[in-house]
Amino acid sequence: MLTLQAVLDGLLLGILFALIAYGMALQWGVMNIINIAQGDLVILGGYIAYFMYLYGIHPAWGVIVSPIIMYFVGVIIYKLVINKVVDRDLFISILATFGISILFMQLMNFAFGADVVLANSGYGTTMLFDNSVTLPNSKIFSAFISIVFAIGLVIYMKKSKLGRAIRATAQNARAAKILGVDTEKVYAATFGINAALCGVAGALISITFTIHPYMGLPYTIRSFMIVIVAGLGNLPGVAMSGMGLGVFEEFADYILGTEFRIGSVFLLLVLILVYRRFKLSRKREYLK
Amino acid sequence: MSKNIILYGAILIFGLAAPFIFPAFKVQLSILCILIILAITWNVQGGEMGYNTFGNILFYGLGMYLCASVQVGMFFPLGEWTEGGGEKTFVHTPAQFFQGFAVGLAVAAVVPAIIAGLIGYSILGLRGHYFAICTLGLGVAAGEISGGIEIIGAGQGFTTPPFPNVDRLEARGEFFYFCSFIVLVFTFLAVKAIYSTRFKLVLNAIRDNEDKAEAMGIQTMKYKIIGWMISAFFCGLAGGIMGGLVGYIDSTDVAFDGREMGVFMVLMAILGGKGTLWGPVIGATLFHIFKEGFWTFFLGWQYVALGVLIVVIVIYFPEGIMGWLREKYPERFGEVVDEADRKAQVTLK
Repeated sequence: MLTLQAVLDGLLLGILFALIAYGMALQWGVMNIINIAQGDLVILGGYIAYFMYLYGIHPAWGVIVSPIIMYFVGVIIYKLVINKVVDRDLFISILATFGISILFMQLMNFAFGADVVLANSGYGTTMLFDNSVTLPNSKIFSAFISIVFAIGLVIYMKKSKLGRAIRATAQNARAAKILGVDTEKVYAATFGINAALCGVAGALISITFTIHPYMGLPYTIRSFMIVIVAGLGNLPGVAMSGMGLGVFEEFADYILGTEFRIGSVFLLLVLILVYRRFKLSRKREYLK
Repeated sequence: MSKNIILYGAILIFGLAAPFIFPAFKVQLSILCILIILAITWNVQGGEMGYNTFGNILFYGLGMYLCASVQVGMFFPLGEWTEGGGEKTFVHTPAQFFQGFAVGLAVAAVVPAIIAGLIGYSILGLRGHYFAICTLGLGVAAGEISGGIEIIGAGQGFTTPPFPNVDRLEARGEFFYFCSFIVLVFTFLAVKAIYSTRFKLVLNAIRDNEDKAEAMGIQTMKYKIIGWMISAFFCGLAGGIMGGLVGYIDSTDVAFDGREMGVFMVLMAILGGKGTLWGPVIGATLFHIFKEGFWTFFLGWQYVALGVLIVVIVIYFPEGIMGWLREKYPERFGEVVDEADRKAQVTLK
């Protein structure tokens, strides 16, 4: 039964990871930027929901408030920093966002304190299979909301004018510019949408798990891992590998112990990259 | 040439006299030496070879743990030492301390180099940002995992052997300063010697276009691994000395400190100028002065300042000081400049 518990926990957790990874895949595909500060945006979104909880509003409303605030945070970050690194070397963007990440970590540490916090949703738990499997309702709620947001975003990208502009820019930024797409605006909107997705995920994480100013980097690494396994622009793949990662983590937690949980995530990243490198080198290619 | 010898001689004499001129800054000067070593080694990897790594912190931390473990383990049971934590149940005699430290440094240099050689074939097949992220993962994973291993102190840290009681009070600072300074000189001369061989040209070829270099018949993988091993060797040495200097090893805050040291070495090399011999030295010196200023006057805000500094350097100053100088005074760098050609270029801009 412990296995079933781990699998269910992992699947519900993995859906959340997939949501964050979807944001990363979006901006990576459109702007060719790897955002190390992704995880810190998630944590910031979580703190918004937590503060609503502190002021007596039910934290579930954070799912709506947090992305709106985070959208503007994302646009501001884009205007200040990212637009200067968009067409530069990828390593420059990695370093610049690493700087943003350190900045955010410390600012959050000042503003919100270094305690591990969570927003209590008071949703209770569901018992399954003769009380042998415990599922907090908040986890089910968060998985449901993640799916709703993901589907909503897919429809938005397909149908709306901005969505079409974003997809056009991802295919060929120069051609899109010639045809009258304001790519600068598209980039800002993409980064904003990414930040908003992080905000949703953060609010859900603050309800289901805990948040802490320094917990950002593992979320970045997880979403990076999911994206390189699934590939850019492969949404079902992102969902699948997200859930796979969630299950892996839960099992690593049970088998190796909690102190090795984060370490095993990072080690898995190294292993996946090395595996793909050997697979590609047979065809004399490399990861691009 | 003679001008260079005078310059090197002046720096050497200044380096040897520094702890006596500024006796209050001995620890800071030692840390400066360590930082310069790290910047130089990062530059071999990131600047010359074009493989931007966040993972050299792995070898630094490994060297730190190895040096301290060997120094303790040669004379006392390691498990009991770390279990005792800060309480000194065992005391090194001076002879034991220095012997252990010497052997520990040798181990701290050689083992990381071997490990770099072993994992090099797998990791160095990755390119560009995949390599960067992979090494970032490697560094953080090492920190998390070493934080769970009991025999090296796990979460509570590892106290390195305290400096033995000798007659002079100043001895500890001077010992560690001269250790780090000698290693720095050794590193600098070794890297300088390497840079004057064909090896550096191969590394540059790999940086500029790896596929073409391979097509020209260079076994790029062999050279990449050797380059990484050189980096790892000196990183391990620096880590070993730093462990003794700090006196306390924590897995994520001191040894595998990707958030500080891991970023510092990249930043210092970029600030000074990637792909030059003197760039990392200048960058590290300036950075250390900046950093100490911030750490003293903006206590608590240092990471905010650090984050802003990273963003500003990376966006506005990616070529570094040496790159800027090179653009301004190309003649000094041995580039033949046609004056008319240069003017034409300027007007084109």
